[in-house]
Amino acid sequence: MAGSKQLITIKGTRDGLTLYIDDTCSFSELLTELEETLSTNHVADDDPMITVTIQLGNRYLHQDQEEELRRVIRNKNKLVVQSIESDVIPKKQALQWLEDSEVKVVNKVVRSGQVLEVTGDMLLIGDVNPGGKIIASGNIFVMGNLRGVAHAGFPNNREAIIAAAYMKPTQLRIADYISRSPDYDTEGVYMECGIIDKEKEKIIIDRLQVLSRKRPDINGFERRMIHG
Amino acid sequence: MGEAIVITSGKGGVGKTTTTANLGTALALMEKKVCLIDTDIGLRNLDVVMGLENRIIYDIVDVIQKRCKLKQALIKDKRFDCLYLLPAAQTSDKSDLTPEGMEEIVTELKQEYDYILIDCPAGIEQGYKNAVAGADKAIVVTTPEKSSVRDADRIIGLLEKEDIEPPHLIVNRIRNHMVKTGDMLDVDEIVQILSIELLGIVADDDEVIKASNHGEPVAFHPNTKASLAYRNITRRILGETVPLLSLEEDKGMFSKMKKFFGMRS
Repeated sequence: MAGSKQLITIKGTRDGLTLYIDDTCSFSELLTELEETLSTNHVADDDPMITVTIQLGNRYLHQDQEEELRRVIRNKNKLVVQSIESDVIPKKQALQWLEDSEVKVVNKVVRSGQVLEVTGDMLLIGDVNPGGKIIASGNIFVMGNLRGVAHAGFPNNREAIIAAAYMKPTQLRIADYISRSPDYDTEGVYMECGIIDKEKEKIIIDRLQVLSRKRPDINGFERRMIHG
Repeated sequence: MGEAIVITSGKGGVGKTTTTANLGTALALMEKKVCLIDTDIGLRNLDVVMGLENRIIYDIVDVIQKRCKLKQALIKDKRFDCLYLLPAAQTSDKSDLTPEGMEEIVTELKQEYDYILIDCPAGIEQGYKNAVAGADKAIVVTTPEKSSVRDADRIIGLLEKEDIEPPHLIVNRIRNHMVKTGDMLDVDEIVQILSIELLGIVADDDEVIKASNHGEPVAFHPNTKASLAYRNITRRILGETVPLLSLEEDKGMFSKMKKFFGMRS
C-alpha cells in the first residue's frame, strides 16, 4: 500500500470530521485503510465525542456494507457516524423519488364507494362526492368540490396539505391526524386548505394564503427530495 | 334495431318501477314499440303498476330456463297494442337470472322493439348486474334526499365501469314547498353533486299513487303535473328539446314565466 495514493482524506470542520473516501478502490481495501488511518489518530479520554460525516463520492454501499463501515468507525474511541453520503443512488430509489415527487393529475369524479390512491402529490380535476375517498402520499389539491374523505401525507408525512376549490369534507386526514366535519349543518368554504397546526396538535382549515407562511417549501422540489 | 334503457337507482322506493311504467306508457302514446322488462325477481311490481298482474302465465325465468319461448312470456298491454311487458318471476330468486341470459333476451327484443325499458331492482348485487347487462343506456332515478342521492352517486360510479353511455338523471318526488324552505335538496344541488345530465324532474303528486293503485300509469291521464313531466322526459329521450316544468303552482302568468326563464332547460 505504501507509495500508492491515499485512499482516505480526513478534513476537520466545525461540525466534526469529514472522511472523503476514494471511490475507485475495493471495499476491503477501504476497510483496511480506514482501520489503519483511524488507529493512528489518538484522542484523549476527556475529549468530547466527535461526529463523523462520510463522503463516499461515486461509490454505492449496500446496507450491510454500510453497517460494516459504521462498525469499524464506532469501534474507535470518541467517533460517532453522523451520516454517510454518496453521490449515487440506485435506480430503483431514484425512480421512487421521482414517483414521490411527481404531481399526479387525475380528471374524474370520485363517487361514493370509490377510492383513488396515488403516491406523490395529487391534483384532482373534479369532485370528491360524499362517500368517496382520495389518498396521496404527498399533498392533495382538488380543483373541484371536496365533499368526501381526503387523506394527504399517507402514511406519515405531517407536512402534507389538502387544498380545495370548495371544501366541505366529511373527513380530512393528514398523516396520522383525523378531523371530521361538525355535527351541525355548515356551508362549505371556498379556496381553503387543511394543514396540521403543530401547536394545537390538530388539523385546521385556513385560507390558502397562510400556506406561503406555514409551508414555504411547498414550492420547492428539494422538499420532496428530502421527504421522499 | 331498438335501444335498451335500464332504469336504476341503488336505493329502493325512489320510483324506479313507477318511472319505468310511465315512460313506457308515454313512449307507447307516441306510437313507439316498447317492451318493459321487470328484473326484480321475487319482488315483482311492474305488472301490478301496469295492471297486468292477472295476465301473467310465463315469466322471465321461464324464458331463461327454456320452459317457454320469449314471445309466449310477453304480455300485451290492455291500453296499447305497441306496449309489452316481460314480467319477473315471483317464486324464484335473483340468482336464477344471469347477465348472459339477460343480454340474450334484450338482443332478441331489440330486433322487434324501438325501446326496451329494464326495471332494475334496488341494490348493487346480482339483480343490478343482471339488469345492466343488456342495456345501452341508463337512467338513474333519485329523490331529493341525501341518502337517495348518495346511492345514486354510487350507482353512477358503478355504471361508469359498464360498457354503456353516461347515465341520465331523473329527480323524482320533488316537494316544492320543502325545497323552498330549504328542507329538501334542490335540483341544481343534486345535479351539481352527481354531475350527470338531467333528463327531467317529477313533482311529488298524489295522482301517481292513485293511478298506480288502479293499475294505470299516471302518464296515461293527460291532465296531471306528473303525467306532463313523464311525457316531457319521454320527448327528451326521443331527442327533442323540452324546457323543464315549473314546479310552482299556477299563480298567474307573470310569476310562472319568470320562473320558467330562470330555470335551465
